Amino acid sequence: MLLNIKDLHVSIGDKEIIKGFNLSVNKGEVHAIMGPNGTGKSTLAAAITGREGYEITKGEIFFKDELINEWEPDKRANEGVFLSFQYPIEIPGVSMTNFMRTALNAKREYMGQPPMSAGEFLKRMEEKKKLVDIQSKLTNRSVNEGFSGGEKKKNEIFQMAMLEPSLAILDETDSGLDIDALKVVAKGVNQLKSEDNAFVIITHYQRLLDYIVPDFVHVMYDGRIVKSGGKGLAIELENSGYEWIKEQFGA
Amino acid sequence: MNKTKQNYFPLEEALIKEFGKKAAVWTEDELPGISQLRHQALAAFKKTGFPHNKLEKWRSTDMEPVYQEPLTVHTEETTYDKKIDEIFQCDVHGFQARVLSMLNGSFYGPEESALTVSADGVIAGSLRKAQQKYPELVGQYYGKAKTAVPDGFKSANTAMARDGIFIYVPDNVEVKDSFQLIKILNKKGLMVHTRNLMVLGKNAKLTFLHCDDSVNHHEGLINTYTEVFLDENSELELYKLQNLNDETALVNQTVVHQSAYSRLKVNVMTLNGGLIRNEIVDQMDGEGAWSDINGLFLIDKEQHVDNQVYVYHNVPNCESNQLFKGVLDEQSLGVFNGFVYVAPDAQKTNAFQQSSNILMSRDAHIDTMPQLEIYADDVKCSHGATVGQLDKEALFYLMQRGIPFNDARMLLMYAFADEVLGKIAIEPLRVNIEDMVKRRLRGELSICDRCVLHCSHPDKPIEFDIDLSKI
Repeated sequence: MLLNIKDLHVSIGDKEIIKGFNLSVNKGEVHAIMGPNGTGKSTLAAAITGREGYEITKGEIFFKDELINEWEPDKRANEGVFLSFQYPIEIPGVSMTNFMRTALNAKREYMGQPPMSAGEFLKRMEEKKKLVDIQSKLTNRSVNEGFSGGEKKKNEIFQMAMLEPSLAILDETDSGLDIDALKVVAKGVNQLKSEDNAFVIITHYQRLLDYIVPDFVHVMYDGRIVKSGGKGLAIELENSGYEWIKEQFGA
Repeated sequence: MNKTKQNYFPLEEALIKEFGKKAAVWTEDELPGISQLRHQALAAFKKTGFPHNKLEKWRSTDMEPVYQEPLTVHTEETTYDKKIDEIFQCDVHGFQARVLSMLNGSFYGPEESALTVSADGVIAGSLRKAQQKYPELVGQYYGKAKTAVPDGFKSANTAMARDGIFIYVPDNVEVKDSFQLIKILNKKGLMVHTRNLMVLGKNAKLTFLHCDDSVNHHEGLINTYTEVFLDENSELELYKLQNLNDETALVNQTVVHQSAYSRLKVNVMTLNGGLIRNEIVDQMDGEGAWSDINGLFLIDKEQHVDNQVYVYHNVPNCESNQLFKGVLDEQSLGVFNGFVYVAPDAQKTNAFQQSSNILMSRDAHIDTMPQLEIYADDVKCSHGATVGQLDKEALFYLMQRGIPFNDARMLLMYAFADEVLGKIAIEPLRVNIEDMVKRRLRGELSICDRCVLHCSHPDKPIEFDIDLSKI
């Protein structure tokens, strides 16, 4: 099992956001987590990636059978956890090239491998840029600085392609994308999908799931999964909205 | 508040005494005008002494502990006995420059290089030699620059400084190779006064790199005063690179007079230093003058860096820019005081000023004070100051991509500094300084890096008798 979350409780400050969350993800699977605003979807992503300020008060997160609750974010990343951010951060002064090279070599160092040569690295950049139709030279551009909404999301998928994670969490990657950009992003993800990795796609809408077909769909409400099913569940949600969930599971 | 005999610091007393001993001898080989300025300056110094932090301009920088150190007011000439690169090796490689050196307060080099005149008429070398050989030229400019608020250091410098660098670039000459001044103290406990004068003629062009370095861990006090005169349409790029030990205090005053359409670029980079005070005064006297004054300081431990910038828009249609950035760690203290004055009738002035600072620890401290004083009504002026910590969101973003905390922190600090470094126009110089900044941020750059003895034990005292076998 790649990811195994057991009875997870997460608080921000005094407020409990995730309240007993369970999920198992195997290699080769695509899971979609849907649900209305404020049910803890992004908090879940933050807890899995080890973001500061998100306190796990109860429960366990296992990644490749290891308990990662206390791991630093960089260790989780180097073990293969990747988050495509809902709001990618702009970092003026850090070039994309420098950023990616540092990240890639950090991972290689973690794995006990020598750093990648400059030539090999640039070749890889060019190759992966094509995957998500990035035309611009990234060399002289600072991380996400001056990128449009669509470019930022494409850039997330580009980074994913560069780092080849075993578990990718896509947090609202479809938000703010027009249909063309959405197709590009989905195409990229589909090409990266393999027997050895898995995807957790957090989304409001079924739209993205037309292009990235999930094996499992989970409905999250008030900090936990209230319903799971196949691809059909997403369509059902799209047609009936989240009101019935609120009625059925709301306090 | 005037000083009386009873409340002089020993260092002030020593300075007055040294003057009494030497002034008559100095008169013999220097311009009468300069001797006269000396006596006036000493009289002023007797009244004020060194600056103290009750003075507005010195409010955030208390130098009293320095005045109480057992320092010797040093005015002796340094005899030339070995090449400067046997004493110090510069870290800036691949940067084509003509090197001028100052050791313990006097020009350092073989007699024949003390003052040279190139084929195109560029005069460069010792200021003391220059005033003997070109009395009219030096006399025309020496002591003529207008400081913001004259203080005890300026008086002390005018009274005591015997030597420094003189550069004269005639009209229409663009100096191809840069000049680099390497200034070093290598004796224990010296207070030195150095004085520089740079004159650029019409359409002249010069790049000057001014390095202050240490080669040991001796305490010292350097009081430098530089006067610069830029004639019409001339251009000066002035870089200051400061990598001093924690025991040295440096007071560095530079006053620039800009004629019409002249361009001034200043970049002050402080990588290390116990106590450094940089004061830059830009007098815009001719219409169309332009200046870009930038600074970057990276300090930690109990280091103290104080940057003071005074820009005077005395005439219409000039533009000035200031960008100062600081990264402060541990218990370090930074000061930025940026003052822009726009005279009545100096219409169409553009003046921009920004001070940005990152505090890496709870105990680090920055006093930043941007000030505008505007007496004209058709101007564009802005100022701003920010003080913050590293962006936590950005830190997490980098770590989520696998970059460990220390590297991520370093990358962000470097990114912050890069805006200033990016303004260094000379590529090899920029690359070198970027590298030094990276090493400084990683904690790898120490003054020992650059000493020919490669001593990696800063706590052990190094005596400076060179063992040639180690070079």
